[in-house]
Amino acid sequence: MSKIVRTMANILILFVLTFSLYIIMHGHLTPGGGFQGGAVFASGIALLIVAFGSDNIHKSLKEHHLSILESSGALIFIGLAFGGLATVFFYNFLVGSPIFGHIPPAGPNSGDLWTGGVIPFMNLAVGLKVLAGLSAILLVMALATTTMEVEE
Amino acid sequence: MTEGIPFNVPFLAVAALIGIAFYIIVSQRNMIKLVLGLSILASGVNLFLITLGYRKGGIAPIYTHAPEGIMVLPVPQALTLTSIVIAVATLALMLSMVVHIYRHTGSTDSEKSRIMKG
Amino acid sequence: MANLIIHSPILIIAIPLLVAFLTPLIGRASGKARDVLVVASLAFVEFLVIILARDIYLNGLRVYTLGALSPDLTIPENYIVPIRIILEADSMSIFMAIITATVSLAAAIYSLSFMKEETGQDRFYTLLLLLAVGMFGMELTGDLFNLFVFLEIASIAGAALAAFRTRFADTAEGGFKYIVISSVAALMVLLAIGLFYAQYNLINIGALAHVMQYTMLDKIALVLLVTAFMMKLAAVPLHMWCPDTYSVAPAGITIMLVVASYACLYALFRTCFTLYGVCLNLTTVGWIVIIFGLLSMFIGVTMAVFQTDIKRLMAYHCISQTGYMLLGIGVGLAVLDNPEALNAYGIAAMDGGIFHIINNALYKGLLFLTAGALFYRTGTRDLNKMGGLAHKMKWTTIFYIIGALSISGIPPSNGFASKLLIYESVYQFNPILAIVAMITSILTLASFTKAFYSAFMGAELPEYQEVREVPKSMIAGMAILAAGIIFFSLFPGLVVDRLAQPATNALINRGVYINGIMGGGG
Repeated sequence: MSKIVRTMANILILFVLTFSLYIIMHGHLTPGGGFQGGAVFASGIALLIVAFGSDNIHKSLKEHHLSILESSGALIFIGLAFGGLATVFFYNFLVGSPIFGHIPPAGPNSGDLWTGGVIPFMNLAVGLKVLAGLSAILLVMALATTTMEVEE
Repeated sequence: MTEGIPFNVPFLAVAALIGIAFYIIVSQRNMIKLVLGLSILASGVNLFLITLGYRKGGIAPIYTHAPEGIMVLPVPQALTLTSIVIAVATLALMLSMVVHIYRHTGSTDSEKSRIMKG
Repeated sequence: MANLIIHSPILIIAIPLLVAFLTPLIGRASGKARDVLVVASLAFVEFLVIILARDIYLNGLRVYTLGALSPDLTIPENYIVPIRIILEADSMSIFMAIITATVSLAAAIYSLSFMKEETGQDRFYTLLLLLAVGMFGMELTGDLFNLFVFLEIASIAGAALAAFRTRFADTAEGGFKYIVISSVAALMVLLAIGLFYAQYNLINIGALAHVMQYTMLDKIALVLLVTAFMMKLAAVPLHMWCPDTYSVAPAGITIMLVVASYACLYALFRTCFTLYGVCLNLTTVGWIVIIFGLLSMFIGVTMAVFQTDIKRLMAYHCISQTGYMLLGIGVGLAVLDNPEALNAYGIAAMDGGIFHIINNALYKGLLFLTAGALFYRTGTRDLNKMGGLAHKMKWTTIFYIIGALSISGIPPSNGFASKLLIYESVYQFNPILAIVAMITSILTLASFTKAFYSAFMGAELPEYQEVREVPKSMIAGMAILAAGIIFFSLFPGLVVDRLAQPATNALINRGVYINGIMGGGG
């Protein structure tokens, strides 16, 4: 792609990645959460693939690194769910504790990031899994279409 | 904005989307068009789920800095979100299979690339 | 131990899920550790299913609320409807979970050798465990939307596994047909869930059954649900995907796809018996299920007689055996509100149908595994090319004979026991149905005899001189299923009294199921 596209992609990718992290982190207050933030991140990767070509991106971003990231995201999620097993599976055991433990007042309020208990961590884990998974899908499909021949 | 449109228009749109999607799935021979027909069917069902939660004059179901008023139902929105995630995964899987069928048989036409019969 | 039983409904679903995502990380380090981990986790899940089954048969159904203050707090203070995702295990669900656990364990042990030459084995075991999670989730859940999510998980994992060996030309076609059919069926289920939520604001099965009035929208939802589950079951006339997908999938995966369609059969029974129950127009819906069953039986076996591909032949037989189950349970559904007919033959028909589910999973699974063993050693599935293999592959021949005798209903096998129950009770309902069932059984025997003669009997062929017996783990996988068949053949009365009869009672008495949810409280 031409120099204009590559320069603009280099500048814009910072904003896209920051925005996706913002959506993941504020999932328990505003619309968004794990899947939406991960999908925005994957669209940033799509921007890079279109601007620079999939072979260049493949030199730095390999599928097996993304696979490790994806598995660890899923393991964090299930590990946190098992953590509440002392009471019941999926129990929110961080409410009332010092980490993310504020209890907000019921009804319309002005939104406090330090609430929610286990939910922000689960948002992060899901966001990690989704961004790794969707980026891997985009990368593999882009690589597959560059080497498309018919074999019997 | 909600006074001008009669109440039923989104449900008519759902019926139109589902009807067009079933017609595409049944009649198209190109496999990629079939996958697109499935995507339209998923969009129709998701639109149905969101529309059934609407309450007249309602605001978005978010507590942060919420204005006055009755909120629309939030549970169908959660169901729709899950359905969209599943549709993305299914779409990726179906397109990879179409790529493999093309690699082996050289065409995306479902009549020409059929191997198993009887 | 008591704590383990209380938490076992969610542990049955969560432990394979955890191990499914540990597998890629451990598989990088060592392949043997990953194999041991997969088989150990499925064996532990089988143990959990057995102790939960014992507890349910002694003490009644068990409820588990995810995220509440205690596991059976379904309706907290100041609420009048149940909230949170609730798992509910009664006798029918745990019956299906026993089948799923046994077949998954046999499939995993079999696939240790069958898939040894393939690349990407980490992903194979992840997908196999995810397919098992999807099936367990469908069987143990008490919530309609949870059923939809687990149905989609099982479909995606199953389709990816069916198309796994991409070096062959036809596997992607089989997987593509499976995922398109499953996707349309699941979207129809989601539309029905939307119709229920719009009227009643509830998605919990027990709560919906409590407030169900049979309005016009409920009838539309019933049609959508029955059609969607019939598509997933491969009942005629929605069966076209079944032979293609079952013949190209690896043999261990084919048996898990068979059990996945029986999990959808379970979902169909939950809808008809528990969710709607006696509100339905029972004669109409019962006869529709019976007609689907008759068509599946007859068309399945007549299409199977002239097949030359051995796995395709077995897939058509799978369609016809599903017809037996639909016939038995359909007769029970048609007489549900008629107490003397129910006691005379309805309960026996349902017992036969439910006993046939576990019999079919065992002997059909064994037959598919022997077909996979033949493919592993000879490289072909075509019956015209095979011949004289009984000289070299003795264990495979013995297992094939056990499976073929069971499926044809020859005494004293377990297939004969369940078919006899179905014949006797269905004859009292309507004689023509029993006659069609017996003709189907004769044709089944004919086609399996033909396949046995082509593949195993005859002189040795020169191109199969160096064919030996299959590796030990494949024999172990087949032996688990064969042991189950022999045990059920020796004690059919015990199995019907202890396993099938409580499941029938759980389906007929929907009040017990509803009470488990609505009556539960802190």
